[in-house]
Formats: sequence, C-alpha cells, structure tokens
Amino acid sequence: MAKRVGIEVSIAVSEAVKLARAEVIPAYPITPQTHIVEHLSEIIANGDLDAEFIPVESEHAAMSCCCGSAAAGARTFTSSSSQGLSLMSEILYIPSTMRLPIVMVLANRALSAPISIWNDHQDVMVQRDIGWIQTFAENGQEAVDLTLHAFRVAEDRRVSLPMIVNIDGFTLSHMIEPIELPDQEEVDKYLPPFKPRRRLDPRKPITMGPVGIPEVYTEAKVAHDQALKASRKIILKAWQEFADIFGRQYNPVEEYRTEDAEIMLVTMGSISETAMTAVDKMRDEGKKVGLLKLRLWRPFPSLEFRRIAKSAKVLGVIDRCLPPGAVCGPVGEEIRSLFYKVPGAPKVFNFIAGLGGRDVTVERFEEMADKAAAYAKKRPKELYEVIGVREK
Amino acid sequence: MIPEFEKFKGFSAKNLPKEEPLAPGHRACQGCGEVLALRMVMKALGKNVIVCNATGCMEIISSPYPYTSWTVPWIHVAFENAASVASGVESAMKVLKRKGKIPKKHVDILAVGGDGATGDIGLQWISGAFERGHDFVYVCLDNEAYMNTGVQRSGCTPYGAMTTTSPPGKKSFGQVTWKKNVPAIAVAHNIPYVATASPAYFLDLMNKVKKAALVKGPAYVHIFSPCPTGWGSAGERSIEIAKLAVETKVFPLYEVIEGRYFMSRKISKPKPVEEYFKGQRRFRHLTEDHIEYIQRRVDAEYDKLVKLSEMA
Repeated sequence: MAKRVGIEVSIAVSEAVKLARAEVIPAYPITPQTHIVEHLSEIIANGDLDAEFIPVESEHAAMSCCCGSAAAGARTFTSSSSQGLSLMSEILYIPSTMRLPIVMVLANRALSAPISIWNDHQDVMVQRDIGWIQTFAENGQEAVDLTLHAFRVAEDRRVSLPMIVNIDGFTLSHMIEPIELPDQEEVDKYLPPFKPRRRLDPRKPITMGPVGIPEVYTEAKVAHDQALKASRKIILKAWQEFADIFGRQYNPVEEYRTEDAEIMLVTMGSISETAMTAVDKMRDEGKKVGLLKLRLWRPFPSLEFRRIAKSAKVLGVIDRCLPPGAVCGPVGEEIRSLFYKVPGAPKVFNFIAGLGGRDVTVERFEEMADKAAAYAKKRPKELYEVIGVREK
Repeated sequence: MIPEFEKFKGFSAKNLPKEEPLAPGHRACQGCGEVLALRMVMKALGKNVIVCNATGCMEIISSPYPYTSWTVPWIHVAFENAASVASGVESAMKVLKRKGKIPKKHVDILAVGGDGATGDIGLQWISGAFERGHDFVYVCLDNEAYMNTGVQRSGCTPYGAMTTTSPPGKKSFGQVTWKKNVPAIAVAHNIPYVATASPAYFLDLMNKVKKAALVKGPAYVHIFSPCPTGWGSAGERSIEIAKLAVETKVFPLYEVIEGRYFMSRKISKPKPVEEYFKGQRRFRHLTEDHIEYIQRRVDAEYDKLVKLSEMA
C-alpha cells in the first residue's frame, strides 16, 4: 500500500521521477530547483535508479542533451527554473515541433533584473508559446501526481510532445507536506516503458530536424498546433486512468465553491491554497465568491473554462507575471480573448500579484474580489492592476 | 598506446569502402571542399553510426525536406549544441543497452559542425561534452568563416583574410586576429585523441576519423575544408589549395594521442605561403609586409608543433 509521509516536495518529485523509471536526466543546478537534481543524483549514485545523470555545463546544454536522449529513445527528464529556462529558450521550441517527449519540472521563479530567487510565473510565461504541454501543481501531492501524468501523456504515441509541470519555487518546492508516494507496481501499471514510434537507430535510419523550406514550414507548424490541441483528449484520459488507479481525480480547470458564484477568482499554482481560504472567509460573510484553478495551461482548456466560468458575472484573473507595456497579463489576456463578444459572458478583470516572492495573503484575495465586483459597475482605466504595490 | 588501434589495419587505395552514407544529389556548391571532406568522414565511419549535425552548410545542403542525403540516422537540433545532442544520444544508448532495450553492439556517434559552430558559438557545449568524457567523435569542418550566412569572419578565419565582416579598407587589412587554435583547446581537455586532417590527403583523413571512432571516449578531428564560394577560388582547385595549405605549413597535419603530438607529414621543403594565397580572392589585397609577417608566424607556429612532437 502507498504510504503517506511527511516529505519535502522537491524530494517527493525526485521520488516520482524514480518511480517513473526515468532513463536519462541531463540537468544544471539553479535555485530553487536544486533539491530535485541533488536528490536524483543521490538516487542514481546509490543504484536505486538505473539511469544516466548528465551533469551538463549549462541549461542550454541540458535541453540539447534532452533532445538527443529522447531522439535516441530514452525516457528523459530534466528540471530547471527562471534564468535557466530562459537560457534554454532557443532549444525549447525545437523538441516540441520535432515531437520529442521530454518531461521537465519547473520550479517557477522570477526573472532578473533585479535578480530574485523567489517565486512568480514570469519564467514560464515568457515561454508560453514553446508548444509544450504545460500543467500547474497546487500542492506537493499534485506535484508528484502531475509528474507521473506528464510521462504518461508526453510519451503517448498519439501525443509525442514535451511537457512541463510547473511547481512554485520555494513556496511549493521547499515545503514539507504530507504526500502519498505511490507503489512501484501501481506506477508500472499506469506508466508502461517508453516505446517511441521512431528513434535514431542505424538499423532503421531516419532524418530528424531537416530544413523546412517555405513550402513545408507552415504545414509543420500547423501539424504541431493540431497535435498540441489533440493532446487534450489524452491528457483527460490519462487523468481518468490516474484516478482509477490512485484514487485522485484531476481536471483541466478545478472549481472551488463556484455554485451560484457571481465573482470567480482565477488562479494557477500554489496560491490557490490561500485563495481557497479567502473564498471560505468571503462565503462566510455572505459574498458570492468562488475560485477557478487553472491546472492545464497548454493546450488552453477553452471548452472547460468557458463552460464553468460562463455562469459568473465577473472574473478576477490573477497573473503572476507583469509583461511591461502590454495590455494586461498573459492569463488575463487569454481569458479576455476567450470571452470576447460572447453574449452574456462574464466581465474579465486582471490582477497582477505575487511577483518575485511577494506573499499573496487572504486579505489580498479579498481585496481583488471586492475590486472585481466594483469594476464590474465602473470600468477602470487600465485593463490590469498590480496588487500590493508599496507606496513607500 | 591505444589498444583499439592495433586491430585497425588502415585504409588504402585497395580497401576503400564502397558505401556512401552521405548520398550524392545534395545541394553543395561546385568544388565544395567541405562536403568532400564530410563524404570521406562518412566513408570512414560506415553505416553503423548516428550523426548529430550542427546548423550550417552541411546541414542545409543535405536535408531540404522532403529530401535527405543521409542513409544513416541523422539529427539536427540547432547551431551551437551538436556536442550536447551527441551527449544525450550517447547517454541514452548507454542506458538502453544496459537495460537490454537495444542491441549491445557498439554504434559510433558523430557530432559535426563548421568552424563557427565549433570554435565560436559551440565551444562551451564541446568543452562540456569533452570534460564529461562521452564516447563520441567531434568533427570540425573548418572553411574559415561563416559561409552559410554569407562569408562572415569567425575565430578560425586566418589573419589578413577578407570576409564580409572583416573587409579590407583604408583602415583595415582584413581579419586582424590570428586563427584560433581549436585543436589545442581540444587537447587541453585531456581527451584521448585529437587530429588535424585535409581532404587533399584523403587516406590520412579517413584513417584519423576511423581512429577517432575506435578510441574510447571523446575524440576531435579538425578538417581543413576549402570553400570556393567564400574564398574566391576556382572550384576545381579545392584539393590543390588544400594540398598547398599543408605544403606551406599553413595547415599542419598532426595527431595528438593521449596528449602526445605526432606530425603526420613533416614539411622539409616548405613552399612560401604566397603560393597558397595565389588564386584566393580573400588574400588578394595583402601587401608584402603582411605576407612577410604571416610567413614568419606560420613558420614559428609550425616549429612549436614540431617541438611538441619531439617531446612525444
């Protein structure tokens, strides 16, 4: 039987990677991802996982090694954060269009300058369009479960795409939480060995990564977009099978107290836990506030989101990323587009909060819910508002 | 010495492999010395190989989808990272063999890139792969500038050469820096095998590539690759120019086996560098003073190499 233990989330993620029987792990250390790669190195050094750990000289090399490894047919994992993900950026777009399954756990962290090791979502939002499947974990258990799910989905021959599991740096990665680590047998049942459709093999030579002349480039990109959109079904099915085996159900958009909610806050990642406390408090006070937690970011779960959110009058979308000079935050923009000119759609307001490790407290969620309600009556000048800016 | 070398008898005119892992019909320029060198590299390696190609001329001319010149497994990811891609392939093969998922038989892994991909933008990736000791061959096809993008200077462009970003003018005489010694950088990593080669000496080239593949651990072969388009030379003269580069001591041929230098070809009666420069538009503007300086430095660099080989 699976045991529930008190464990640091990073360590639990490494244990999940071990349970997934990852075969090649190229990684470069960066705060706050370090505990994941340290523990994986230890697991391999002790002979508890038969894998190759490649201690690369940069994150760019880590992602490049991942491409080679996945192309050669090995189950491939890496982990990074912030500046490291930015350094990988050039390569990130390549395995997705080349349809190479790679799983990455990203310990989300702010981007320089000023240099900050603390949590927000700017690192991943910059990489929004890399064409990977992207999920967000809310707590340690989800980090473990979504990691296993990621291998299952990424390597499915119908999908064959790389996948990022986002976990908030420090606020999630470094917490000690009660987590149920599944049994190896059950994981093996859920996650069969990786059998790539194609691999680099002298017995059956193929050319991977050729030149895309103008006559084929558009089609290659469209094929990628279609594959990413079509992955939705497999993602859902893999969550259903996860629930059947492990008893925990996941959805692309999770609802919390949305019944008859007029105002719905929209969150991603670990701040959702505080948001739920805030929603409870507001509900106790008779306010009709609910919460939508976006678990699947790419492909964007338009269908589910529209269905669930359409009953709200107002949506308060919280971004943890400030794109300077933009109309609003990336998640705000996405949801605004989703409801643009849809009859009877909720009004969408965008808040930017929790940058560079700034706490988003219960009071802040209350403030955002109240402001969203007020803005529904009188539209503010700007399409976004940064919450909790110190005046002095 | 390296035990793997003992069983290798060497290529000769009599036992040249017939197979062409790099098939004809690619789109290289007429007289391209680089594609010729690559063809020899592939002939030496045979079909039991996985190729990781950096972005550059060779990648572009051999893989315009839906066509390919590659009859062996081949992957291209980006410009600077062929050594990292090869590291990933090698590590994957290692673990998959251990787990019995693929045959245990050895497969050679080749990473190949131009001088820009190798000596400039990719240096860090190569350094990392060499330092970690992956079992692969890195081949640099050095045509002494960024030819694929239109002949811009690289760290491997020779002193005085004209390129589109080192143009001679009122205040310049072309490339102002001496050619970067990339083989020496490879040697500094204490890898078991480093060599220089030239398509003008094709048996020597093929033997070196084969030795690089036989050796356990990383190996580096730096190959002189004439580029008629970029050098302003006649296509039919590529081999002649490559030969002159060796005969004038401009591009010496040597091996460094476990740190010990061996001259492959001692030049006892060198030709003047001027002879090598003739017929190459990139050197046309050089004055006598420049040529004299280059001659002195070429001789000095060559002497240094000979001294290193005498220490072996």
